[in-house]
Formats: sequence, C-alpha cells, structure tokens
Amino acid sequence: MKIFYFAYLREKAGVGEEEVSPPENVTDVRSLMEWVKGRGGGFAEAMADTSIVRVAVNQEYVQLDAPVKTGDEIAFFPPVTGG
Amino acid sequence: MIRIQAEPFDMGEELSSFGEGNHGIGGVCAFMGQVRDMAGDAAVSAMTLEHYPGMTEKALEKIEAEAYDRWPLEKTLIIHRYGRLEAGDPIVLVVAASAHRAAAFDACHFLIDWLKTQAPFWKQEETNDGPQWVEARASDDDAAARWSDGSKGS
Repeated sequence: MKIFYFAYLREKAGVGEEEVSPPENVTDVRSLMEWVKGRGGGFAEAMADTSIVRVAVNQEYVQLDAPVKTGDEIAFFPPVTGG
Repeated sequence: MIRIQAEPFDMGEELSSFGEGNHGIGGVCAFMGQVRDMAGDAAVSAMTLEHYPGMTEKALEKIEAEAYDRWPLEKTLIIHRYGRLEAGDPIVLVVAASAHRAAAFDACHFLIDWLKTQAPFWKQEETNDGPQWVEARASDDDAAARWSDGSKGS
C-alpha cells in the first residue's frame, strides 16, 4: 500500500509518500498508525499525537476503525486550513 | 465547476460571464478569500498552500454536490489556488447562482464554510519568526457545524 503524509506530518516523517508492506496484523487504520509509529524516528514523531491526525483511505475521509488492505492509498494529515 | 490552480484568477472576469446563457439565474452570490498580512500579532509576508492532488478535487466535488442537494442552484464555481501566494493575493473564490437571492447567499456561505473544514489544503505562513503552519481554528468547525445534518443554516 501507499502512504502519503502532508503538511507538518510530512516534515516530521521526512517523506511525502512511501510504498509499504505492513505485517498481516495491520488490518485497520488504527493498527496501521501503531505500526507506522513503531518504526520510530520521524514516523514516531508524526504519530506522537494521533488526536490531530486526519486519515483518508483512497481519498475519502475515514475513522480509525476503517479497514486497510494491500493496494490502498492512505493519507495522514493535520486538520485542514484552506479557504 | 471546480478549478484547482496555481495561477491567479480575476474575480471580475469570472463574475462578468457567470450568468451568460442562463436567464433562469436571478441572483449570483460570490465570496473571495485573500492572503492577510497579519496572523495574530505576527506579520505575514507570504504563504504556501499545500494540497492533496486527487482528493482535493473529489472533496470539492462532494461539497458542491451537497450544495445542489440542499438548494435549487443554477450554477456554482469553486476556484482554489495552491503554491506560494503573497499578501493581498486571492486564494479562493466561491460563487453560487440561483433563481432567488436566499439560496444563492446560503449556498455560497455553506460552500466556503464546508470547504474550510473538508478540503485537504494546508497553509504555511512566512512570518518574521520563520515559516509557521497555520493551526485549524475551532471557530471554523463551529461555522461548518451550523450546516450539519442537511441543515440550511437557519
């Protein structure tokens, strides 16, 4: 699956996008965030406060219990500030 | 119609031809947002708008479709810019047209309120203290919440 990071989550993670193959026990957004955080460094920093992380799966907003699977496009970003 | 672009837009030009060919339109309401030179107490010389290509278009199309579900609209337009913008530059234009003014006013207000909390854009301001990411504001959430559950804002 592909993960995108935007705004200050991108700066903390140190990458804007990456192709990942998490283990089989990663089945939903919550477990994916835990897995990303567990990789340490900038990823742990980006996921330090998950209450400010918004998530999209395949470009649609989702909640933490939404399923994720191989081939999905996931995005993590802070609350939006356009307009 | 949705347009996501780096280039500037001319509000007057967009509006002068907006109702062309549709005489069912009785009222056109527009909102334009531009770059302010102050953020709290800090002077802002410019800002950079980042967005999520692909999702931005989808999110704005959804917001626009929602407006058509709620009000009898003849035509709408959302233009949102990205990239580096300087103080005074236009950022966003929202236009809604209907047979009567109430729907045009309400839909325009709804579109900008929802866009601010739903469309995946992020502003980073250039201040005297260096670049600062703009924090989302609770007042924007409150403004959007007024339109929740299919409300027409009344």
